[in-house]
Amino acid sequence: MKTLKSAPPTALLGMLILAAVLVTGVFAPLLAPYGETEIVGVEYEPWSAAFPLGTDNLGRDMLSRMIYGARNTVGLALLTTGIAFTAGAALGMVAALKGGWTDQILSRVIDVLMAVPPLILALMLLAIVGPSIPNMVGVIAVIYIAPVFRLSRAAAMNVVSQDFIQAAQLRGEGTLWLLRREVLPNISSTLIAEFGLRFCFVFLFIAALSFLGIGIQPPTADWGSMVKENATLITFGDITPLIPAAAIALLTIAINFIVDWMLHRASGLKS
Amino acid sequence: MMLKTTTALAAPTRRGFLAGAAAGGMALGLGLNTRAHAAVPKKGGTLRVGYTQGSTSDSLDPATYANDFMFATSYAVFSTLVEIAPDGSAQPDLAESYEATPDARVWTFRLRDDATFSDGKTVTAVDVISSIRHHMGPDSKSGVKPLLAQIKDIRADGDNVVIFELEDGNADFPFIFNDYHLTIRQDKDGSIDPESRIGTGGYVIEAFEPGVRIELKRRDDYWKAGRAHFDKVVLLKVGDPAARMNALMTGEVDLIDRPDLKTIHLLKRNRNIKIHTQNGTLHYTMPMQVTAAPFDDVNVRLALKHAIDREAIVQKVLKGFGTVGNDHPIASSMPYYNAELEQHAYDPDKAKHYLSKSGLSSLDVTLHTADAAFNGAVDASVLFSEAAKGAGINLKVSREPDDGYWANVWLQKPFCCSYWGGRPTPDLMFSAGYAATADWNDTSWKNERFNQLLAEGRSQLDQGLRAEIYGEMQQLCQTDGGALIPAFGQYVSAMSTKVQTPERVSEMWDLDSIRFIERWWMA
Amino acid sequence: MPPLMKLISSRLALGAVTLLAVSALMFVGIELLPGDLAQQILGQSATPETLAAFRAELGLDQPAHLRYLDWLAAAAQGDFGTSMASQRAVADLLSTRLTNTMFLACYAAVIAVPVAILLGLLSALWRNSLFDRSVNVGALGAISMPEFFVAYLLVLFLSIRMGWFPTLARIDEASSFGDALYRSFLPALTLILVVIAHMMRMTRAAIINVLAAPYIEMARLKGVPRWRVIVLHALPNALAPIINVVALNLAYLIVGVVVVEVVFSYPGLGQLLVDAVASRDFPVVQAVGLFFAGTYITLNVLADILSILSNPRLRHAR
Repeated sequence: MKTLKSAPPTALLGMLILAAVLVTGVFAPLLAPYGETEIVGVEYEPWSAAFPLGTDNLGRDMLSRMIYGARNTVGLALLTTGIAFTAGAALGMVAALKGGWTDQILSRVIDVLMAVPPLILALMLLAIVGPSIPNMVGVIAVIYIAPVFRLSRAAAMNVVSQDFIQAAQLRGEGTLWLLRREVLPNISSTLIAEFGLRFCFVFLFIAALSFLGIGIQPPTADWGSMVKENATLITFGDITPLIPAAAIALLTIAINFIVDWMLHRASGLKS
Repeated sequence: MMLKTTTALAAPTRRGFLAGAAAGGMALGLGLNTRAHAAVPKKGGTLRVGYTQGSTSDSLDPATYANDFMFATSYAVFSTLVEIAPDGSAQPDLAESYEATPDARVWTFRLRDDATFSDGKTVTAVDVISSIRHHMGPDSKSGVKPLLAQIKDIRADGDNVVIFELEDGNADFPFIFNDYHLTIRQDKDGSIDPESRIGTGGYVIEAFEPGVRIELKRRDDYWKAGRAHFDKVVLLKVGDPAARMNALMTGEVDLIDRPDLKTIHLLKRNRNIKIHTQNGTLHYTMPMQVTAAPFDDVNVRLALKHAIDREAIVQKVLKGFGTVGNDHPIASSMPYYNAELEQHAYDPDKAKHYLSKSGLSSLDVTLHTADAAFNGAVDASVLFSEAAKGAGINLKVSREPDDGYWANVWLQKPFCCSYWGGRPTPDLMFSAGYAATADWNDTSWKNERFNQLLAEGRSQLDQGLRAEIYGEMQQLCQTDGGALIPAFGQYVSAMSTKVQTPERVSEMWDLDSIRFIERWWMA
Repeated sequence: MPPLMKLISSRLALGAVTLLAVSALMFVGIELLPGDLAQQILGQSATPETLAAFRAELGLDQPAHLRYLDWLAAAAQGDFGTSMASQRAVADLLSTRLTNTMFLACYAAVIAVPVAILLGLLSALWRNSLFDRSVNVGALGAISMPEFFVAYLLVLFLSIRMGWFPTLARIDEASSFGDALYRSFLPALTLILVVIAHMMRMTRAAIINVLAAPYIEMARLKGVPRWRVIVLHALPNALAPIINVVALNLAYLIVGVVVVEVVFSYPGLGQLLVDAVASRDFPVVQAVGLFFAGTYITLNVLADILSILSNPRLRHAR
């Protein structure tokens, strides 16, 4: 509670937005006036009391789809980023700490993965395994392990070369202990900053996949695909696609405000 | 946000009518000029086209043409023996005339004697034979190979006459030679050089970067009078629909195909742009393989045919740019269309009735779909799924990758989305996709009566009898066939008001049956 | 500095091995993809008979490993073969596209990298100030929109409304340098907006991370001005992660721009690769894939070397 009180207004705002999105996602069926896929009106109805954000290209309620979209979007992004970070950071730190062959093998495998353009890799993998939602989470997580690995390895290398690690190794501390107690705390700020961005990259990645013809399975609502579905309207100054885009932006900014604050605390700076 | 557009439906009878600012009642300025039918084509100007399709794997080899970009190029740079006229009939093109024996088994084509290649040489029977043979034989990889399998023998009779001997009579044979694959190339020792740029068409290639652009220049010595009006033509591949519309609005291109129907009502507001629609023969299908359960039961097929809201698909997916289909592939504009058939419509009770007839109380099926099948296929599938709920049918929509759709889904999955571009005659349409022996019989439907009628109709030269035969075949398709055909689409394109079209255009395919480069002109 | 030379040469050798692994991976990927070139080209008009004929002509009837080894042997001698789909030499197919891709990447990088680092430094220097917050919000806003959407917005305002720039970035052999700069401004700007935030945020984070170190405290106590502390003391120690994130983004500018290429119809390598994958045109996929992989590996080796040079402790390895 005390730490919360010390949080700057931006971080509080961030937490407020994040909480709102999470609540919306969890209670989507209760909050949404209509069903996720239900066709309730004519296509592209203007904003009205019945449809506060109008209807989309098939006559589905935009507001309901935004609400369900919160659940799908945030859920997917959390899951994917979570997997990528757990695996990527762990492997990266191990590589830095162990060095030698472990590092070489891991680094080379990651190099190969990263050396293939991510969108192409995703297109190929999804064409092979089929574009279901679990497959998409898996494929994007695998792709995102690589940059997280590289980053955490680079950051950890800096830590590992410092005297206190060498001292601890001489003391005979185990790898796990070293990772948890010495390395992780020292690279956490870098990782947190990266997490804030990667989290948002996930739905952008999904949106890009939608752009190239595969993405979330219809009629599931997610914000990235909703931008794509309505994107051509923007050319004529119609703001419909801005609604999901703004939702993504708001969430991104909120999360990064929180990240900034955590970063600030982690760095141990007082001011 | 706009109300739905109704303009397109308001005047479906006038073929190839022009909508947009000009037709929208703004009889001022530009509007007047375009309405005044600049009937006399004018030479000059550059036409820049933003095309959806086109790939880095494109080549000039006529056996490999796979997209509109190459079809248009093919018709501009080369020519065919026959072309489809605006009224849907076959007309001689490189051929001067053709005639058949009474059993329609031997066809004699007489060539024009004034047609020349761009290097000045005259077109001879040998050129024609080598060009056609390029698509025949065991080594051919051509897409029209199945259509040519009926040819038993081709021979020349002098320099100007080519004789085709067929396995069986075929009254529609000349129509085949409108195909963009079957362009006439120069013979070189009994075969053709597929990559050669020397053609008989109105344009020559100045620059060609596959998947990016092609630049064409008019031939001054073109042999066909009253054709090829643009000085230069540039085809650009612009794959993204928004990018195509933007380029049209900023005047970077003069003509685009497949504008985004979602926003076309907004595009119409631009006074310098007109929307061009053609009724055509393009139709969207959802083939059910009648050999796979549960589609092997005709009642299940009929239940599904009554569980789809066709009107909603025309309005919401095609944005009114189309007409409802009746589960057979013959368009109302085609010869021998059966107008007597009862229209299948959305009727949940009837669907339930058919379900109970097949002994089912509910039904679970999966529809495989992708926008590669046709633009809006995913949306149409979602609409189908919502409508089917009312009939107790649980229709699951499975979105497949666009990439590889034709290889992995179509003909592979028991229920998917597909489309058919037009065929000029019922015989060609039925032979391509519904005959028991057709390679593309995507429903695996083998109806004995239907196939018997197909063979009868083909060699029948009597128009009245043909009408009866094709009428019954449409009815068989509708009530027994595996293809659910929810809608016929209109071909929609958008262009600068400066681009002029003849009053009547050929509607079989988009853009004057893809012959716009040599038929249209600049104001 | 012999140890460094040794490191570089071993890194290059490893790079070659990675390239080999990538080419094998791409080959297996293409093989695993359902359908082959013959089917893709013939599309709806594929019949079993035409397919067989086409496959034989393309050599697709050979066993997979033989085809790979054949290709590898030729590639090792610098011959990347011909495109199976268009029968054009892969080298010809690549050359213009390669120039276009590098041009766009350099265009974006020359602007984005300095601006991002400067913004990162400034926002670390004035952290929590109004400047810091607005730069952050702006950057986050820019990257939280899908690339194609950023592109559409730029097109809406800068071409359709203002008419300043063309919507199609058409460049060909005939375009002059100035012309090319003008025509590809919008795609470059889109890319700049997309990459700037990531680099800027990492710079800021890395610098803030070292600001708590005792020697910074010491410098501060000695009364060194804040900007000097950051530029002279904090920056050198924060360089490793910054260099890494810059390298990642440079690689992205070359390798990851498919979507931007599509929106602006820019004839670059990304579109070529997507087309080639879609048509299963293996020689083209391999050549483009190898170029991308090579770029990535080179940038990484460079980043590693620079990181080592910037950190004395790593320079004198244990």
